[in-house]
Amino acid sequence: MFSDPDLLKFIFGRLTLEAIPYHEPILVATFAAVVIGGIALLGLITYYRFWGALWRDWLTSVDHKKIGIMYVILALVMLLRGFADAIMMRLQQAIAFGGSEGYLPPHHYDQIFTAHGVIMIFFMAMPFVTGLMNFVVPLQIGARDVSFPFLNNFSFWMTTAGAIIIMLSLFVGEFARTGWLAYPPLSGADYSPGVGVDYYIWGLQVAGIGTTLSGINLIATIVKMRAPGMTMMKMPVFTWTSLCTNVLIVATFPVLTATLALLTLDRYAGTNFFTNDLGGDPMMYVNLIWIWGHPEVYILVLPAFGIFSEVVATFCGKRLFGYASMVYATVVITILSYIVWLHHFFTMGSGASVNAFFGITTMIISIPTGAKMFNWLFTMYRGRIRYEVPMLWTVGFMVTFVIGGMTGVLLAVPPADFVLHNSLFLIAHFHNVIIGGVVFGLMAGVYYWFPKAFGFRLDPFWGKMSFWFWLSGFYFAFMPLYVLGLMGVTRRVSQFEDPSLQIWFVIAAFGAFLIALGILSLLVQFVVSFIRREELRDTTGDPWDARTLEWSTASPPPDYNFAFTPVVHDQDSWWDMKKRGHSRPLAGFKPIHMPKNTGTGVILGALSVAFAFGMIWYIWWLACLSFAAMVAIAIGHTFNYDRDFYIPADVVTATEGKRTEMLASEV
Amino acid sequence: MPAFLKFTRRFAPLPPLLLLAGCDLVVMAPSGDIATQQRDLIVISTVLMLLIIVPVIFLTLLFAWRYRRSNTNATYDPEWHHSTALEVVIWSAPLAIIIALGAVTWISTHKLDPYRPLDRLDATRSVPADTKPLTVEVVALDWKWLFFYPDQGIATVNELAAPVDVPISFKITASSVMNSFYIPALAGQIYAMPGMQTKLHAVINKPGEYEGFSANFSGDGFSHMRFKFHGVDRQGFDAWVARVKSQGTALNRDAYLKLEKPSEREPVRYFATVEAGLYDAILNMCVTAGKMCMHEMMHIDALGGAGKESVENRKRLEYDNRHALEEGAGAATFPATGTPARSQEEPQGTNGANEPMQHDMPGMGGHEGHSIPEGGGDPAPPQLNH
Repeated sequence: MFSDPDLLKFIFGRLTLEAIPYHEPILVATFAAVVIGGIALLGLITYYRFWGALWRDWLTSVDHKKIGIMYVILALVMLLRGFADAIMMRLQQAIAFGGSEGYLPPHHYDQIFTAHGVIMIFFMAMPFVTGLMNFVVPLQIGARDVSFPFLNNFSFWMTTAGAIIIMLSLFVGEFARTGWLAYPPLSGADYSPGVGVDYYIWGLQVAGIGTTLSGINLIATIVKMRAPGMTMMKMPVFTWTSLCTNVLIVATFPVLTATLALLTLDRYAGTNFFTNDLGGDPMMYVNLIWIWGHPEVYILVLPAFGIFSEVVATFCGKRLFGYASMVYATVVITILSYIVWLHHFFTMGSGASVNAFFGITTMIISIPTGAKMFNWLFTMYRGRIRYEVPMLWTVGFMVTFVIGGMTGVLLAVPPADFVLHNSLFLIAHFHNVIIGGVVFGLMAGVYYWFPKAFGFRLDPFWGKMSFWFWLSGFYFAFMPLYVLGLMGVTRRVSQFEDPSLQIWFVIAAFGAFLIALGILSLLVQFVVSFIRREELRDTTGDPWDARTLEWSTASPPPDYNFAFTPVVHDQDSWWDMKKRGHSRPLAGFKPIHMPKNTGTGVILGALSVAFAFGMIWYIWWLACLSFAAMVAIAIGHTFNYDRDFYIPADVVTATEGKRTEMLASEV
Repeated sequence: MPAFLKFTRRFAPLPPLLLLAGCDLVVMAPSGDIATQQRDLIVISTVLMLLIIVPVIFLTLLFAWRYRRSNTNATYDPEWHHSTALEVVIWSAPLAIIIALGAVTWISTHKLDPYRPLDRLDATRSVPADTKPLTVEVVALDWKWLFFYPDQGIATVNELAAPVDVPISFKITASSVMNSFYIPALAGQIYAMPGMQTKLHAVINKPGEYEGFSANFSGDGFSHMRFKFHGVDRQGFDAWVARVKSQGTALNRDAYLKLEKPSEREPVRYFATVEAGLYDAILNMCVTAGKMCMHEMMHIDALGGAGKESVENRKRLEYDNRHALEEGAGAATFPATGTPARSQEEPQGTNGANEPMQHDMPGMGGHEGHSIPEGGGDPAPPQLNH
């Protein structure tokens, strides 16, 4: 019966054995490693009988802290994948000279740079930022969870489903060969007929649902769930930047969703929104995608700015300089980020006045950003700086980021952009701000809040190793790209003719190797810290002598975060409480109302992977079935009234009692 | 021809010299006036910004060192968090720089607008009044460059030449996907996009052989989508044109359709003659027999559209699927140019089809950007003639 081609086509759509890349040695080796690693992981979980706990306490959890941690784990896993792509590109560009084709043929290389961009932005930086916001924001505003705990779990699983869809393309079929924004007509059905762009579309659409919903959730949380007394102008700066970031998410991700939906219609339904023929307009896609794409970089960098603001105040032992101007700068950046998108395509033939307008609005953003930089600087002034690892990242950021900011403003001058657009100078610029800004911030954040999440600090030696490798690696990897850009070398080229370029690519590859050591140190740091966890134990809940509310509760915080909702009187409310000799309430605990875990998010996430897979491979029965199942389960979930429970007062009393003992043992 | 050879011989040792120098920062040391002005702008902007960047980096390192915890001599003032005077400075210092840079940006963006015809050859010479610019029509193909010289009646693949100190007027389009036309030594880049035309005005001031390439990723053959740009003297250019004419073949629609198919590492090719209207047909996506030119469709639309009967035009407007269709049954349709009009009477407005039409994209105001020039005089489609 399997010889019937119609039946085969019905069952498998356009999926055939040829779609499995068993003839690509790199992919076969990767697949083998993934299988061995996967079996080892599953084996360990089984050996330690962790399955039940994993399902009950983590996968189905609606606790914002656990979801935040899972987001960060997802981001770290995807960082490894995205960085593997980076290393492969660096190697290829370092050897493909003088007639040598290197080891990656164009069709493979093109997938790698597309995957690198997509993964690093959507599945590394975004989940990382969302994870930290998820973990920290409710604690910082004195809340017990986010506004919509189940929605939070669902958002996480949709993001993860998107990541799984993208990862599937590695072993089944191929990924897009279009660059990370998939400009049509190249990404249209006629010039990219394969499954690559479809993997791209469905991966981003599924993850985009998660991102948008999590944005709504966090806005509602920040607006509605702040502790009494915490007016807007008393919110911690990280909460402020999170609010602005989520406003940006909610306002821009629907644009991305709509743009990709139009591209989907072009590819699946034969419409002509972005094709060359029948009145389609590819430039409209470029406009729309950047209306999302430019705010996206601020979505990433604003929370990083928030982290630096928290870190610098804590480790300088000093109130943040110019809180109000920091807040206004954040809001101004949020608004301005909507009116700069055209600077991504000055070179597409807009008129001089249009180009000049968007160039100047872009430059104006550097004013509030500059003000922020000065605020951090003057927080250090007359401070007493403790060089813990997060502070190292902060100083590294301040020096590195201003260079990236400068080259960014340079690119905002349209005639200068004409010679630098799409060059390696541009690549160096945005890695300079994304690594030097976002990644450094996230690393500082991980080290800073790790003891809050797990109850023990990270090992400072490996933290410092990681910092110095990353910092030096960044300069070695990207300063040569500035030079290459000025030599007129453009991006996305896999083979070169001019041998004088090679030395710069070799230096850049060396830099990537240093960054690899930085990532390795980060992983070693987690392992070493886990082994040394008793020495590194944080019994106080406030290991850094910090200033905001999350440090007023235990490390790790109890499920309910705060036994009593704190009352806020000042900006740095925990610092204020410590100064006024605040004493913890020790009695009079009441039962605490909490949301109940549910497996619906995991199931919906899994079904959306099946749905996307069906759509990508034209397996229509699978797509229809899984879509129908998703709708049914979503409706079914609304009839689930078993959604909450009370933590009894004696359990709260016992938990708080243990904390009292722990605090006493400290003295 | 001999002059050209002489020129090549004279400059042949140059590339090795540049190699010795380590690296050739072509963007910082260009050979054309536009690129030189763009270079100057990079330098001016960078210096302006360094006025604030250098103090910030210096202060960061200074404060980071001075206020370290072990330095107990440094003042510690944990409650100091506001200073109106400082706030004014930290907002107004970047503001001042941006005002200066914004002014530079506004002026230079207009002055260096690629659509603006040149008014100077270099810093000291303006364009002589009787100068006729050299027109070059550029088409980005998968994955090679096709250059038309309408005044000389020739065309080339992957080789471009121009006389020094003569303004060049580029008209740029593409056959399938987006590319970007870029010769760093000459001038900044501009995108080459199918069905649309962009423009670039530039001049080369020094003779030499320069690199040109696509600066926007366009698919698998993108890495080798490069060409040489020769800046030569007047005699050298005439000799080059003569060489193209003597060595070249004919470029008609059929030859173009073969050339247009995706190919990589295409060698230099010369075409001694070019079929009339070919560039316009490429721009309007109607080289293939039977296709309706875009400007015809836009003309119909401008007149209010053809209503239900547009359905008849649908096949004639499909373009992106042209390679896929060739594989199957030959999709031979009746040539557009041969379609007999239903009525001999010339309706109102059909003349417009032969006039240059402005297709201004949204947001491209104040500009003749993306204009679709006149077509090859194809008759209006039948429905117009009702």
